[in-house]
Amino acid sequence: MNGVEGFMYPNEVGLQWSVLIVLYPFITGLVAGAFILASLERVFRVEAVKPTYRLALLTALSFLLVAPLPLQLHLGHPERSPEMYFTPHSTSAMAMFGYVYLWYLMAVLVLEIWLDYRRDIVLLSQTTKGPVRWIYRLMTLGSSNISERSLHIDERVGWVVTLIGIPSAFLLHGYVGFIFGSIKANPWWSSPLMPVVFIFSAMVSGVAGVMLLYMAITKIRKQLIDMHCVDTIAMYLFYIFIIDFSLEMLDLIHRVYEADESFRSLNFMVHTKLYFSHIVVQIFLGTVTPLILLFVTQVVKLPEIVRKRMYVTAGCLALVGIFAMRWNVVIGGQLFSKSFLGYTTYKMDLVTREGSLVAVALSLLPLLFLWALVKLLPPWPTERNGQAVTGD
Amino acid sequence: MNLSRRQMLILLPAAAVAWKSVLAGTPEEAPNYKMSEHWWGMLIDIPKCIGCGNCVRACAAENDVPEGYFRTWVERYHVSDEDMTNPQVISPDGGKQGFPVVEKEDAGKYFFVPKMCNQCADSPCTQVCPVGATFVSPDGVVLVDQSYCLGCAYCVQACPYGCRYIHPEKKVADKCTLCYHRITKGLTTACCESCPTGARQLVDLKDPKDPIHEFLKTHSVQVLKPQMATGAKAFYNGLDGSVR
Repeated sequence: MNGVEGFMYPNEVGLQWSVLIVLYPFITGLVAGAFILASLERVFRVEAVKPTYRLALLTALSFLLVAPLPLQLHLGHPERSPEMYFTPHSTSAMAMFGYVYLWYLMAVLVLEIWLDYRRDIVLLSQTTKGPVRWIYRLMTLGSSNISERSLHIDERVGWVVTLIGIPSAFLLHGYVGFIFGSIKANPWWSSPLMPVVFIFSAMVSGVAGVMLLYMAITKIRKQLIDMHCVDTIAMYLFYIFIIDFSLEMLDLIHRVYEADESFRSLNFMVHTKLYFSHIVVQIFLGTVTPLILLFVTQVVKLPEIVRKRMYVTAGCLALVGIFAMRWNVVIGGQLFSKSFLGYTTYKMDLVTREGSLVAVALSLLPLLFLWALVKLLPPWPTERNGQAVTGD
Repeated sequence: MNLSRRQMLILLPAAAVAWKSVLAGTPEEAPNYKMSEHWWGMLIDIPKCIGCGNCVRACAAENDVPEGYFRTWVERYHVSDEDMTNPQVISPDGGKQGFPVVEKEDAGKYFFVPKMCNQCADSPCTQVCPVGATFVSPDGVVLVDQSYCLGCAYCVQACPYGCRYIHPEKKVADKCTLCYHRITKGLTTACCESCPTGARQLVDLKDPKDPIHEFLKTHSVQVLKPQMATGAKAFYNGLDGSVR
């Protein structure tokens, strides 16, 4: 009956959280990870990753703008969502969403991008023509002072904002992990490790995502890929990935060894309904394979073209693996009964409000935003009207 | 008190938000009913349940429960001697039409377990609601303000007993209200009224004359999933250890 095996409480048969709720942590993870990569250059002075600094910030912004959309589309009454700002429930982890989101968007990301681009924006507002000039003028916020002293202040303030941004990025995504990890009714979710695992997996996806975007955009622009930069990013990706994998394995081993009342149920699920998405896609394809590829690039001296291909493969697989991890958490956590006596099936719709087409559209939307942002605020030195405009 | 225009501009929105917050957590009141004088719960006497499904049908009719969802339901357990911790459980259509006859009884025991919202005093569903649309009323009933609920389903995920669902038409959280519209008028719940054996009894823990006090003293009473520490107020008499 309805894809049910064994016994489910009758209200549990249909899943409450769909593929859109899978997208939400995936997107916020990319935001947090991209920002952490940007902070490597800004705060930790890792000069090698400088070519990706601005791209990472714009990527984070593009994805952050889309992050609330899956939630909005999922709500039964999206028109009531502003109530979360006006009357937040103090004991609810979810009530914090609006504030964490706004803080991260306005106080961290937009401010940092504005400070970093202010000189470019002022120059562009003076050199461009037509309606776009008005956009740049608006973006100057009335401040056209780009004296050396003024830019120095921007630099200092930007550094402080990034410094605040790192714990904020952790908060943004750790909080998403807490939403799941704090549900004691669900043993698949309930774990103090959940926020930590979410943070490290976010870093993996964000770093891999920006690395791939940098390589793809540079190729499209017919420019040379800065291999020192990509090698450095790959090195960080490898180390973060090891931590992420270790934490996930720790969680898994702990569950297997402890084998509490929920174990029989969860074990069955991993061997049947979640076998493909968890064991095959998440662990082998999305984690072990990219780890091996990255490990090889760290210990063997390989030609540039081979390294590039390995990085692209590892990056793509890492993204697939992290998406599978979100899927297994969100969907997997709803496939078994809280009675531990039965299992249900997730049937993804195609064209409904929470269907797969909407999910695909929402996944592509940040790339559209990124394209627009890159057009408006080029992250690399560019020529406009004969005058060089650069942020470096 | 003289308030400047600026102070008024700050105070008015704050007062509006505060008022909205108060309204969000206020249940409907009936005349002559004092919430502070009651603390409601339910006694479920498992040995008395015959699995007739009257309670499920009465609840659905009284509360206009949508097809395929349940504010209350009945489960039939079969616990075999060989595997005491892994019972066979069925609840066809929530037990609404009763249960199929057991042709040839296997070894072990069969019994019925009526389920419903446990009206938890420390309810996880209330804790997680992002806007406070679900709340514990002063008389101990977990209610949902459906004009305020976002329909995010976080409460459905947080309930360890599977008692909540998102109403398919209203798109908001729905659950057993302990027939709040009836009990505040001095009536009992629809499920209790329709139970032919008295397996369900509405109890008021603040009423010193309620027989529940004597019953709790003299019987082995348990709540479901006590390890969840939800302060459940659905008290089960004769609850088998295999019940989930």
